[in-house]
Amino acid sequence: MLLNRNFIYFTIMALLLIGVGQFQSWNVSLSILNLCLISAIMALGVNIQWGYAGLFNVGIMGFAALGGLAAVLVAMPPVEGAWATGGWGAIGGLILAVISISLAVITYKRMKAGRYRTISIITICIIGFFVTRMVFGPATQAIEAINPAKSGYLGGLGLPIVVSWPVGGLFAGIAAWVIGKITLGLRSDYLAIATLGISEIIIAVLKHEDWMTRGVKNVIGMPRPVPYEVNLQTTEWFINLSNSLGAEPIGFSSIFVKICYASLFMLMLLIVLWLSETALKSPWGRMMRAIRDNEVSANAMGKNVTKRHLQVFVLGSVVVGLAGAMLTTLDGQLTPTSYQPLRFTFLIWIMVIVGGSGNNWGAILGGFVIWFFWIEAEPLGILLMNVITSGMSEDSGLRLHLINSAAHMRLMTMGLILLLVLRFSPKGLLPEKS
Amino acid sequence: MEDLLNAFFLMSNFVFVPAIAYGSQLALGAVGVTLVYGILRFSNFAHGDTMAFGTMFVILFTWLFQSYGINLGPLPTALLALPFGIIITIVFLLGSDKLVYKFYRAKKAVPVTYLIASVGIMFVLNGIVRFIIGPNDQRFADGERFIIKAKTMKQFLGTAEGVSIKVSQGLTVVTAIIVVMVLFWFLNKTRTGKSMRAFSDNEDLALLSGINPDKVVAVTWILVAILATIAGTLYGLDKSFKPFTYFMLLLPIFASAIVGGLGNPLGAIAGGFVIAFSEIMITYPYKKFVAYIVPGDWKPEGLVQLLATDYKFAVSFIILVLVLLFRPTGIFAGKSV
Repeated sequence: MLLNRNFIYFTIMALLLIGVGQFQSWNVSLSILNLCLISAIMALGVNIQWGYAGLFNVGIMGFAALGGLAAVLVAMPPVEGAWATGGWGAIGGLILAVISISLAVITYKRMKAGRYRTISIITICIIGFFVTRMVFGPATQAIEAINPAKSGYLGGLGLPIVVSWPVGGLFAGIAAWVIGKITLGLRSDYLAIATLGISEIIIAVLKHEDWMTRGVKNVIGMPRPVPYEVNLQTTEWFINLSNSLGAEPIGFSSIFVKICYASLFMLMLLIVLWLSETALKSPWGRMMRAIRDNEVSANAMGKNVTKRHLQVFVLGSVVVGLAGAMLTTLDGQLTPTSYQPLRFTFLIWIMVIVGGSGNNWGAILGGFVIWFFWIEAEPLGILLMNVITSGMSEDSGLRLHLINSAAHMRLMTMGLILLLVLRFSPKGLLPEKS
Repeated sequence: MEDLLNAFFLMSNFVFVPAIAYGSQLALGAVGVTLVYGILRFSNFAHGDTMAFGTMFVILFTWLFQSYGINLGPLPTALLALPFGIIITIVFLLGSDKLVYKFYRAKKAVPVTYLIASVGIMFVLNGIVRFIIGPNDQRFADGERFIIKAKTMKQFLGTAEGVSIKVSQGLTVVTAIIVVMVLFWFLNKTRTGKSMRAFSDNEDLALLSGINPDKVVAVTWILVAILATIAGTLYGLDKSFKPFTYFMLLLPIFASAIVGGLGNPLGAIAGGFVIAFSEIMITYPYKKFVAYIVPGDWKPEGLVQLLATDYKFAVSFIILVLVLLFRPTGIFAGKSV
């Protein structure tokens, strides 16, 4: 029965995408598909946290942005001279910061509570802060001074961009570990608020640390894991292929590139899905659900609830970071200003809840359905507004306002969908198997 | 001596006065969050957008009054529009409670469900606000701009710096004091207020003693609407109104409420000032200040700023983390962890 339901929903989804391909254009359809795949992976990550363990993470945007940062640091070619002038200073500054924080933590753990401990910790923090800034400040300024119009940042390691995907996961995992260590074990609300905070801070760092990410000047022209259209158009086998399909090489090349991306993303999705399903069915997965459904009894059975929560929180964030790196790869650029919480955090939440929390297939379906409608709602909204306002005169102020505001209808619609699903079908489209 | 006076005036203009005003705004916001937490037992993620929603209607009514030529002379017209904004916000919040939260209360849902529902409401509010007034900056302050002008002060004292206090800052502090006094009178002296506190302390016991939970919840939402609209309007008068900024206020507001201890209104007020003062003091560039207090040629090279202004949210976050690490119930004991 459940398999049937899976099959029906995914068929409908495929038909919708094919419909867009037929009636709008295959280019649009494939772009939607690519982002659907990435959204599905992000939704899987959130489902690991929420569906398996009931952890409410409001900082998905931040973890995805860390993935994007990894893409820059791993894949961009290093900027000549930047490492020599300030690279080691910047890294040294970061290391000094880590050392001073660790020293403070060690002091806190080793010394007996009292006035002396407080004083020494504060001294360590203050000295550490100023020493770090003394090393860090000049170094970053030197980096930013190198050809600011074109680079003005460190660049990356120049490795293939696919390497950045697991690195993105690693970055997100580390951030999640720190946050989880602080807030897990306290009330569930605290995790939500802390993740909200850390994601805003991560975005602020991406926007303002120009030496690392070029800030709001954006990093563009990132290397690709797939061939470039221009190169394809002059390659012989590709021209033969498009001729044999009866397509025009120029138009077909962009479709071909999108298909390459889609295959890569599909592969990643299948790997993550396989891992998540295996984990969910394993004794570990059963333990996680036991903890989610009744923390007190799981605790009484000798399960360390806080530790398991930390584990699952880190795992889920790793998947989100991975998807974030993939997203930046697809975009080919890192634009810190494009990270909006409504688009990155709350939209993913809606995917998970609409799809069916606790069910990996549900999360994937949610990713597809919600992304599809998020994209298609805009033309629909404008169409709707045009119909509503068709009786008004061409230059009526109200009409122009309504048409211009149509884009904001999406937010409201998403909120309503979330509220309605939560109320009337809390298990989502594909409920968790019990 | 004169340099010291100058330094003091400088601090007052750029640190003390703005921090007191900002702190009052945060405090009013945080009291709203803490009330919802105490009575309904969840962190209301829609609070920032509730503030934006209320403020938007205040702005719309302000524009309406301005178009009729109605104003308050030296005071901003927004004060006249405030009650209308509050009423609409009350209607919205009571409606959202009836349509959304009531169902989960009847089901005795876990707190995280309320949290997600509040995210849904946040989305809806966000959409409504952007749909009606757009995502851009709106300025709606009118009337006099300054209570004390720096220029007059300079001429009077003959110093290089003068103290200036904006009308919006004075208004914020006066309004906040009045609102908080009325609120505490209400919570401590009236029957309804007492029943709210009883409900917050021990729900079962309160229900046993015949307190009507529906009434308590409704009164809470009304108070939240009043506080949120006032806080939002004051913030908008002091700075400017932009829907996204109000969403971003969520973090310092939550930090204030947690620092003070969730569920504790007095703590929320203290927390608001702690967060506001730390945020402004840590991100203020002390260059000019240092130049006044050190002898002539020791002037600092850089800005003497502890943290760039771009990271002001990091300040509330770090304070939040420190409080969670060392005193998870807040500096005044709040609800249990």
